[in-house]
Amino acid sequence: MNSLSEFLNASTLQTLYVVILMVFLGIEVISHVPSILHTPLMSGANAIHGVIVLGAIIVLGKVDITNIPAIAVGFTAVLLGTLNVVGGFVVTDRMLEMFKKKTK
Amino acid sequence: MNSLLSSALGLSYLVASVTFILGLKMLSKPDTARRGNLIAAVGMAIAIFATIFLYTNEDGSFLKNRLLVFVALALGTIIGTRAARTVQMTQMPQMVSLFNGMGGACAALIGIIEIYHTQPDEKGKLLAICAGLVIGTISFSGSVIAWGKLTGRFSDKVFPMQQYLNIGLMSTILVMAGFIIFSATISPVMLYMELLLCIVYGILFVLPIGGADMPVVISLLNSFTGVAAACAGFLYGNKAMLTGGILVGSAGTILTILMCKAMNRSLTNVLIGAFSSKTTKQAESEHGDVKEVSLSDAAVMMSYAKKVMIVPGYGLAVAQAQHTCHELEKALEEKGVEVSYAIHPVAGRMPGHMNVLLAEADVAYGKLIEMDEANSQFANTDVVMVLGANDVVNPAAKNNKQSPIYGMPILDVENARSVIVNKRSMNAGYAGISNDLFYQPKTSMLFGDAKTVLQQLVSEIKAN
Repeated sequence: MNSLSEFLNASTLQTLYVVILMVFLGIEVISHVPSILHTPLMSGANAIHGVIVLGAIIVLGKVDITNIPAIAVGFTAVLLGTLNVVGGFVVTDRMLEMFKKKTK
Repeated sequence: MNSLLSSALGLSYLVASVTFILGLKMLSKPDTARRGNLIAAVGMAIAIFATIFLYTNEDGSFLKNRLLVFVALALGTIIGTRAARTVQMTQMPQMVSLFNGMGGACAALIGIIEIYHTQPDEKGKLLAICAGLVIGTISFSGSVIAWGKLTGRFSDKVFPMQQYLNIGLMSTILVMAGFIIFSATISPVMLYMELLLCIVYGILFVLPIGGADMPVVISLLNSFTGVAAACAGFLYGNKAMLTGGILVGSAGTILTILMCKAMNRSLTNVLIGAFSSKTTKQAESEHGDVKEVSLSDAAVMMSYAKKVMIVPGYGLAVAQAQHTCHELEKALEEKGVEVSYAIHPVAGRMPGHMNVLLAEADVAYGKLIEMDEANSQFANTDVVMVLGANDVVNPAAKNNKQSPIYGMPILDVENARSVIVNKRSMNAGYAGISNDLFYQPKTSMLFGDAKTVLQQLVSEIKAN
């Protein structure tokens, strides 16, 4: 019981607020999307979850340089995360390039 | 100094979070979509550089190995940009899947390093590590399989007892996660085993699902990776990761459901039911023969029409005939014919496939008409030209309760004055069922490869 109240401290509760609010926001943001935008939207969301690269940067930034395996893993993680972010945004931009209204 | 830095970092994350929300909102409208993408990208860049330069550990030190971080960032940027720029437009879903998988793998690798820096009593941290690893890994291997299916490298594999195997595997994964979190010692070996189990599960999860359903699966895996990112956000108390992750997890799930609705199938049906026409018994109606039309007759029909609607489908993409199609449109317009395109939401292999295909051929955006609007115009249309589309114009969706596509909204081309259907043969479309439209009195078939047929049509029309 005590550890439960320790777990549900101010920081965790604040995190819970953020999570709940983001869930509702996510639902709200996606309402009324025309079907032709489904794929670019999926691609844009894909790029945004590349924010995981921040975790990889932090991990690589804490590893001891002499710990070669960890350096290799951390480096790979940052590389993969960056690919997700950059690739994601560029692909989305390319898809949306096609949607600009052509002036006749 | 320390608190100033952490305030600046927190502020950067707040800005990033706002750009994610704003960007995603703007991505849901055609006018603002491109800007929304850019805004989110800028926010991401701010968060990345703020982390590199402003992040401080508890002892006040900055992050180490920053040169390595920059090298990895630069490498990822160069490779990612090249890959995204050079890929063909019709291979977009594959790329999205691949990048999604990389995000998932990133989450898994973070977990692998962090477990070595965790104490057994840090249960919250262990939960975040485990959840991020499990979800990220499943998303990774699933995304690779989805990529393989869309590039034609892997076929659909259905095997008996599949459901039970998947349920058993998932139970094992969950039990093992429980061990990792609650055991008295930290065991990286258990984590590696969990990693392996999750890789297998991701593969088995996606392997039996049909190739044309991949966009739905990719959207689902997309939201999974979002949740994995949020787990890492929880691990580091990082609001940007938490926001971005949950936003994508939530929005991605809704998008997946929306995509299913456009196909009029439930998500469970997509994930579990293989779209097999072998098991469905349909009332096969009396068919009779199809009427064929000659190229010159078709050319005359279209040249002297007032209004022509083109219905593009997957066949057009396969034949890569979109440019020739545009030629046809121009040739007809020179004759004073009004030409537009009726776009069904799931025509092709992904939502927006036809839009992208036609845009590549410089077809004006305003000529593409959405299904509901198109349906109201068919009664006034003289000629409908169906190019490589099948299920989206199949009246069985309205009339035949036993049909696997029953209930799916379709393009009501039979309301037009005449219909010309271009296919290579009488082979069935993706749903594997016959199409009564082809046998109707107003319909005639123009067999042949789309590109060749369209080229010949254009010459005939110009000669008229």
